[in-house]
Amino acid sequence: MKPLAIIVVEPDRERALRIVDGLRASGDHEITVISEATGLARRIAEHNPDIVLIDVADPSRDVLEDLALVSGPMERPVAMFVDRSDEQMTRAAIEAGVSAYVVDGLQPDRIKPILDAAIARFHMFHKMRAELAATKAALEERKIIDRAKAILMKARGIDEEAAYALLRKTAMDQNRRMADIAQQLVMAAGLLT
Amino acid sequence: MSLTPLRLGYVPLTDAAPLIVAAELGFAAEEGLSLDLIRLQSWAQSRDMLGLGAIDAAHMLVPLPIAQALRLGPDYPRFELVMVLSVGGQAIAVSAALAEAMRAGGHGFGFGDPVAARQALAAVVPGMLRVGVPFPFSTQAELVRRWLAGSDLDRRFSIHTVPPPLMADALATGEVDAFCVGEPWASYAVERGVGALVLAGRSIWASPPEKGLVLTRDFAEGRPEETGRLMRAVWRACRWLDVPENRTTAAEILSRAEYLNLPPELSERGLMDRLHVSAQGEVRQYPGFIRFHAGAANFPWRSLAALYARRIAGLHGLDEATAMEAAMACFRTDLYRQHLRSAGADLPGASAKIEGAMAHPTAVASEKGQMILGSDAFFDGETFEPPFVGR
Repeated sequence: MKPLAIIVVEPDRERALRIVDGLRASGDHEITVISEATGLARRIAEHNPDIVLIDVADPSRDVLEDLALVSGPMERPVAMFVDRSDEQMTRAAIEAGVSAYVVDGLQPDRIKPILDAAIARFHMFHKMRAELAATKAALEERKIIDRAKAILMKARGIDEEAAYALLRKTAMDQNRRMADIAQQLVMAAGLLT
Repeated sequence: MSLTPLRLGYVPLTDAAPLIVAAELGFAAEEGLSLDLIRLQSWAQSRDMLGLGAIDAAHMLVPLPIAQALRLGPDYPRFELVMVLSVGGQAIAVSAALAEAMRAGGHGFGFGDPVAARQALAAVVPGMLRVGVPFPFSTQAELVRRWLAGSDLDRRFSIHTVPPPLMADALATGEVDAFCVGEPWASYAVERGVGALVLAGRSIWASPPEKGLVLTRDFAEGRPEETGRLMRAVWRACRWLDVPENRTTAAEILSRAEYLNLPPELSERGLMDRLHVSAQGEVRQYPGFIRFHAGAANFPWRSLAALYARRIAGLHGLDEATAMEAAMACFRTDLYRQHLRSAGADLPGASAKIEGAMAHPTAVASEKGQMILGSDAFFDGETFEPPFVGR
């Protein structure tokens, strides 16, 4: 079987590489990455792809919509896969954050492994982003707890361990998170000085 | 009182103002709603999010639900346009090189004369004119086709989709020679010195409906209570936006980082009817450049749906009569009447009209007696009679 020509539209180099890695694992394809929005329609037409993969939230998606619609009988038809195929897979793809434009008439069994691989990658990006956000939030919380401890140590003349214990007890008594209590304390202290 | 949350999608443009104002100035809260505004990057994304239920309602190009009704998009549940959010607000720009040549040929950049502008342009375009529009199904595409039809450029222009924030770049790199886009993206190109404005969209068609409030039928009919509340909140925001004194405030709110993220001075131009047409700072006054409410701007005339459907059918080889009927069915004048009567909206006697027949603002019969409709004339003098007028 002839390898499929896949285009990945992705401005971020690191992400593009990861998507390409994921796709390679799903089979033998000719993969091209386009990272520039300028002249996108022309670049895509030059490569004559079977499948175009692009982030759901990429502004250039509307250019692909145009390509999918206007192709006349003389040009190679590019019909949207999201159209009337497997609705569940479409939903899964869009929820993961990837949209796929697929040439008309391509067999579903050839599309599926590629889309599965793309969905897996985009899920990973999503997870990484969520983890990064969580790590950042945790760091922020630690900082604020440290500041609250310092305030308590100074105000009550206690050591660090006692300050921590006091914060934790207050949080438990009020059924609140320690970071919230610390935040309130820091804010109140700011108002008093 | 706990507020009912609704998720609304919008694409960052001046004409997203009704949703943003409804959320920011308490119109939504008044109706017991809390609006979660989700900034989207493309019309395809807006369509997919609405179709898959990731948002409850969208600020959407008026012809987009029509294209869906004609099955030219993915197979999603039916979309319904329940009210028009804005009329006008588009501008046509040409590249700096073309502007210079037009100026050398004696063109005065009046911003309001479609015939003069296209003659001046045709004289300096050697071959094909490539024109950027934001989406294949857009009022901009309709305006460009209408403007150039029957001119010297009729058989030598092509239309290309370019996302609005990238319009200026596309003009700068020569990817397109001209474009038609909603504000503030035309002013943005002028500010960057890559192009000059030649026409307001309203000079081609006096009442070009630009964006609508679009819901799925499942939502509009399955949750009538929330639909009504949302429509009333947005309708009041539209009315607020058409009080001239409020436009500066509107520009301030819109320009914030979470919305357009551009200097307020830029969105103010369109909102204050004062457009800079060139980087040299030539200013043109264009009264009523964009309307959100006046002249019964919010009423979703079924004749407008038919007019767009006829064009789209012609371009995509569909049967005209079937297309017009399907399109008219998704412009929900019935829901408009049902939900906005209690907010005090005046309602016209008919749900369709002959488009292009009013050269001036005109009084027509309405529930309260008479209402004034804005002029809806086409510059070429065409009138369009929809099937089943008065239905």
